[in-house]
Amino acid sequence: MVLKIFFPQCCNRAESGLLVGRWISGHDSAVVLAVIHYPFIPGQVKQYIQQMQAQSGVELTVLGSWSLPKEGQESMESFLRDLSTIFPQQRWLQVSRQMGKMGFICEVVNRNQNGQETQQEAKKQNDDEEEEKVIFVHYEQRKVMLSQLHPTESGDPDLDTEPPSELKQVFQTVARSQPLFFLDRYDDGPLKSTHWQSEGREASIIVELLKQASVPLCVLISWLLALWTWLCSIRIFSLYPLRFLSSKLSTCVQISYRTEHMRTLSSPKPAIEHKQFMRKGNILVSFLVDVGLGVLLMSWLYRDDHIATLANMLMPAADHVAKELEELLQWLMGAPAGLKMNRALDQVLGRFFLYHIHLWISYIHLMSPFIEGILWYGGLSACLGLTFALSLLSDMVALLTFHIYCFYVYGARLYCLKIYGLSSLWRLFRGKKWNVLRQRVDSCSYDVDQLFIGTLLFTILLFLLPTTALYYLVFTLLRLVVVLFQGVLHLSVDFINSFPLFAMGLRLFRPYRLAEGVKFQVLCEEPGTALHLLMEINPLKCSTVVQLYRTPTYSCYPRDSWAALVKKLFVGELIYPWRHKSTKVD
Amino acid sequence: MEDEAFTDICGKPISLDCQSHSSFCREFIISSPKVSMGKVMVYTCSVWLLAYAVFFFTQNTAVLSGAILVTLVGMMLHIHFVKVDHESLLVIGSLGIQVSSSYASGREITTFIEMSKIKDIVINEAIYMHQIIYYLCVLLKDPSEPDAVSSVVPLFQSSKPRLNCLVKVYKSCQEILSKCQ
Repeated sequence: MVLKIFFPQCCNRAESGLLVGRWISGHDSAVVLAVIHYPFIPGQVKQYIQQMQAQSGVELTVLGSWSLPKEGQESMESFLRDLSTIFPQQRWLQVSRQMGKMGFICEVVNRNQNGQETQQEAKKQNDDEEEEKVIFVHYEQRKVMLSQLHPTESGDPDLDTEPPSELKQVFQTVARSQPLFFLDRYDDGPLKSTHWQSEGREASIIVELLKQASVPLCVLISWLLALWTWLCSIRIFSLYPLRFLSSKLSTCVQISYRTEHMRTLSSPKPAIEHKQFMRKGNILVSFLVDVGLGVLLMSWLYRDDHIATLANMLMPAADHVAKELEELLQWLMGAPAGLKMNRALDQVLGRFFLYHIHLWISYIHLMSPFIEGILWYGGLSACLGLTFALSLLSDMVALLTFHIYCFYVYGARLYCLKIYGLSSLWRLFRGKKWNVLRQRVDSCSYDVDQLFIGTLLFTILLFLLPTTALYYLVFTLLRLVVVLFQGVLHLSVDFINSFPLFAMGLRLFRPYRLAEGVKFQVLCEEPGTALHLLMEINPLKCSTVVQLYRTPTYSCYPRDSWAALVKKLFVGELIYPWRHKSTKVD
Repeated sequence: MEDEAFTDICGKPISLDCQSHSSFCREFIISSPKVSMGKVMVYTCSVWLLAYAVFFFTQNTAVLSGAILVTLVGMMLHIHFVKVDHESLLVIGSLGIQVSSSYASGREITTFIEMSKIKDIVINEAIYMHQIIYYLCVLLKDPSEPDAVSSVVPLFQSSKPRLNCLVKVYKSCQEILSKCQ
């Protein structure tokens, strides 16, 4: 079997001493975490290791000895071999290196149960098969410590039926051994060790300050949330019309999502699992970016009297739209595109819609003095975030184009009724009937008067079809334009809500933190030494990052396929093309 | 480092490079032929002749600049995403198998599969339109179910070497896998 030793790159030039690390059970491999230098007192070393084991929860042991003799120093081979008696192990690794040479030499001392030693040397590949072969895998300790190997475990470790793989155990060992890396060379203790932090502990002042500041901030946010929840749970708000309205208005939906996010952020427990940590980070960064963009929008809006300009533009725009619609209806009431319409029905429908437009325009004129005020106060909502401003815009568009929605519903219902009537009477024309019980078309014998009236009605409906169909077509197109615009707004709100900016930033600037796997590179070999490999971290692909760390919100995507949509349009069913998924409970 | 004359399934010459780093660590690199200058010249000239013809009729210089842009961007995308320079397979006994392909622009895509997930390396047959081709693939298993094959990872997808090359690689890999699994 091949013995694998994971050796940190920072210890390549460490002075001679003891190797401290962990044996990985079941895989015949060992992870070296640090080197404790000579001179040391074995009792203190054992005490230190027990202390570290208690703090970190990792089964640390002394793996063996490391010898890198400096110039002029005689080799301490025999001394280091005797150390194996002080630290009784199943296997004792004696790793040595010459200055100037790249390769390591490893001797493995196996101890049988009788206490007798048998020694095996690792030599070149030409020798016997029973000798133990050794691979040295060099890894960069700091990066492996901070990295998270995907796929991460979710849930309790008790639920895992299979033991984690070798690489996962290596990563977990290094990540959990953080207390071992606190001993640096400026410590006055009895032991001196080499690891990635032995030149001095690294920390960031900004991170520490933020950690201190976050505690009172969390308390404040949770108090505010409690107040808001109490406000929302007042009885008057749970009456039916208000509840229905608040589920339809996208602003209210957005408020509820932000409340949820704030609740996640302000929980007092720090995130233990990697997924929770990333979720919190993503929510925080998304929220900050959102507010930043909103403040930018506000600074543009309230400068140079832009609001007044917008308000002054709105009235003529609404008048223009109304005029265009009236012209369209006049055109339909005449002979549109050369088609000849049924005069009476045409006039009825046209006049009905014209009156509707007249009502709408009067309503807009009534509101015109308040528009500037509404825009001014509505613009203030952008300080809560760009998503709020966009949701407010979407709601305002929905309210302002309510008449188009009404027209569409009237036209669609009329057309739908006509189509169903036509299909049923067509069956009568042919002597068939729809059997509701059997859900199929059966033949049926009708009386003469039934046939007579049915045929009459069929003819009437058939000849009125072009008129209704034209009105339906025009208003469906208008409705689709509005729906498309609202859909774009909702998609951008959803994008800002759910895009994992923190995870993306981590992937771009610290790619080693999100690891998909590892890659190996064979380092140049010298004859007589073991095989040396360099293990580097293979970062996750950007698309995987987005897929894994998306914050779940209502995702806005088309409900029907193109074929189903066209069929619905043809038959006259009302279409609600955007489907909103409800939030998944994670 | 032997270099017999191997070809891929279309008849283009490829080269196989076997390196033995140790008794249980071997690397196989299959290199495809490089981008030929003749083809590049032919494509560029044809695109530009077409652009000149369109320019002759429309007298719009945007057509010419558009053609130049299209050629440059197309070439860059081709060497970065499409043209594979060499594919390599590194087998490390009792650690795992690393599959990597590097593109003509230097970009490398690497995947490492741990030994506990590998069931075997085999040569498989596939019916592709009117041909029957052989390809080398790694059979993966779930560590909890050692008898079932959970998925198949095909190797040397872009170079598509022929059977003689595959047999050589297969024999070499099996020597290591049989010892160290």
